[in-house]
Amino acid sequence: MVDGAAPARKFSPVLAILKEAGLTAAVAFALALPLIGLRGFTRGGQMVVETRFEWLAVAVVVVFLGRVALILSRRALPALRRGGGHVAGWGGAIERHRLALGAAALAFVLAMPFMPFADRYIVDVFTLVLIYVMLGWGLNIVVGLAGLLDLGYVAFYAVGAYSFALLGTTFNLSFWACLPIAGACAAMFGILLGYPVLRLRGDYLAIVTLGFGEIVRLVLTNWVDFSGGPNGISGIPRPTLFGLEFKKRVAEGQTFHEYFGIEHAGVHRIIFLYYVILMLALLTNFFVLRIRRLPIGRAWEALREDEIASRALGINPVNTKLSAFALGAMFGGFAGSFFAARSGFISPESFTFIESAIILSIVVLGGMGSQIGVVLAAAAIILVPEMLREFSEYRMLVFGMAMVLIMIWRPRGLLSHRKPTILLHGRGGRAGGGGEGGP
Amino acid sequence: MSAPLLAVEHLSMRFGGLLAIDDLSFAADDKKITAIIGPNGAGKTTVFNCLTGFYKPTVGRLTLSNGGTHYLERMEGFRIARAGVARTFQNIRLFPAMSVLENLIVAQHNELMDASFFSLAGLFGLARYRRAEEKAVELARFWLDRMGLIDVADRAAGELPYGDQRRLEIARAMCNKPALLCLDEPAAGLNPRESADLNVMLREIRDRHGIGLLLIEHDMNVVMEISDHIVVLDYGRKIADGTPQAVRNDPAVIRAYLGDDDDDDDGVIVDGAGARGP
Repeated sequence: MVDGAAPARKFSPVLAILKEAGLTAAVAFALALPLIGLRGFTRGGQMVVETRFEWLAVAVVVVFLGRVALILSRRALPALRRGGGHVAGWGGAIERHRLALGAAALAFVLAMPFMPFADRYIVDVFTLVLIYVMLGWGLNIVVGLAGLLDLGYVAFYAVGAYSFALLGTTFNLSFWACLPIAGACAAMFGILLGYPVLRLRGDYLAIVTLGFGEIVRLVLTNWVDFSGGPNGISGIPRPTLFGLEFKKRVAEGQTFHEYFGIEHAGVHRIIFLYYVILMLALLTNFFVLRIRRLPIGRAWEALREDEIASRALGINPVNTKLSAFALGAMFGGFAGSFFAARSGFISPESFTFIESAIILSIVVLGGMGSQIGVVLAAAAIILVPEMLREFSEYRMLVFGMAMVLIMIWRPRGLLSHRKPTILLHGRGGRAGGGGEGGP
Repeated sequence: MSAPLLAVEHLSMRFGGLLAIDDLSFAADDKKITAIIGPNGAGKTTVFNCLTGFYKPTVGRLTLSNGGTHYLERMEGFRIARAGVARTFQNIRLFPAMSVLENLIVAQHNELMDASFFSLAGLFGLARYRRAEEKAVELARFWLDRMGLIDVADRAAGELPYGDQRRLEIARAMCNKPALLCLDEPAAGLNPRESADLNVMLREIRDRHGIGLLLIEHDMNVVMEISDHIVVLDYGRKIADGTPQAVRNDPAVIRAYLGDDDDDDDGVIVDGAGARGP
């Protein structure tokens, strides 16, 4: 019996590997045949198809060998898996040193615009990252804390952006006056959407919210009298620093560079915008960290964990979920009005479903409910495609691959460690409000 | 004579063609342990679900007299909890990712919400909320101590062993400060020692906290030992109602459990076969 089994045991892994790799190569062949193997272009007004079978062969062989290598590495290196377990401790380590890390990160982001490497482009990219960090933190309330899968978050972003754009262009209201109004509008839309759909759960809720996001975008596209339709709204007022504008000169009053007696430079406005979004994002972070420790935040988490038990403890599920929706939407609205102020022009094209998907992947990738995780994920998701600009058409491919790899490596997100909001033992019972976790 | 804590009158619950509860009436008193027993599928948990607002009864009146008078059949689940009915579940329903202490704090949600003006006071760190939270932690600490869970207070509830989770669920229900505590098979899955501890604890809750307990239980050792009053259901109908002694000798009960022919396998229960696996 042993004699019979031994060769089989020796032989079967090789066969299994070859089979698996062969299957993968077959899939690659099927996919690559039209994508790589055939290339169409027009010559003299005629469509010509060129075959590139040598490239096709290379692609299939690479996939085959890659798959074999992947399987071998997985079998031959159990240490790798142990390494993965070690990596899982990162979340805990980051949580332990959160104060120091937070302070260091805060110092970095505060000083960033004045560092030698920071040119206009870098500051602008950081601003973009911070918008997504803020959106991620806002959506984290809905998805991470309350456990409501929202695929239409971009709708609230759009509501915020359009609120400011319309108020700013029609009534000449300033950014700072419109910011709370935009937040309130978005929160109102959150309640409006939330009220009818909160009895739905999981997948059903996701589909309805997705539909809501599309409805908002389509209304903005088609209601030309109201929103300018596909042409969007331009000439949106720029934010000012206590009334000081970032222009070369204004008709009345002073501009920023005149008031401070410095040379006019376009980068001032970029840096100012960076600080505005940094402040808004920090406000969001402070709010979320704080509310997690309050009854309403704990009720959100309880609802996420077990709705039936929450109800049996006297938690009103409808109001609690609505508050999560409204607050999440409010921060989306803030971010939206900042977005409108930053670009000076908005159109429905900026608020497509892919934006919702990106924000949601930031939350999921970061580890649901983790604030620092959202920062890391936002940095990864926004910076990686930026850095890969040279690869132009392949950058989304690399991006997708990176996402898949992260989800294999850390299926519960980069940082999935959850720290209790209140402790009975240790660290003086309560860690106190201030200072925890920077951006 | 004052009204009983809970009066169930002519309760019926129909699911399509199935009459799960058929014209059931009974009462549960303050400072008494009332047990509902019956073979599997007799409708015990359905009674609980009607009481706690998970089902709307087809017919019937459920009156809770706790200071005021509450007609539970008209109320939503979370309002019933606020009126003073807390429950545990047959298959434990904790908040697994939250810590043990957090589970007990969540149970005091409504008081904390009131103390903090819907969390606003807490957002600005007012003393009023901090005091309320300290009080909530004190109550939680009392129950953790009582249940022997004080050492695991900061661990995630889902990590606890089964018996601890059962006790935590009772502690959580007690932190909700109920007038009536409904326990759905609290001894299920406990070993004999844990089950004996549970008896002591339930009696203590009855005597010291002066609340009414309503109990669904399969473990006859528990039921016969601690109940003041037993209601027996079979196919949704009440077949007996009285003291443990009276119920034990009731021919209808014996027939329901042992069956007059071989259509029932629940006979094991009557001699207290003890713990049912989870």
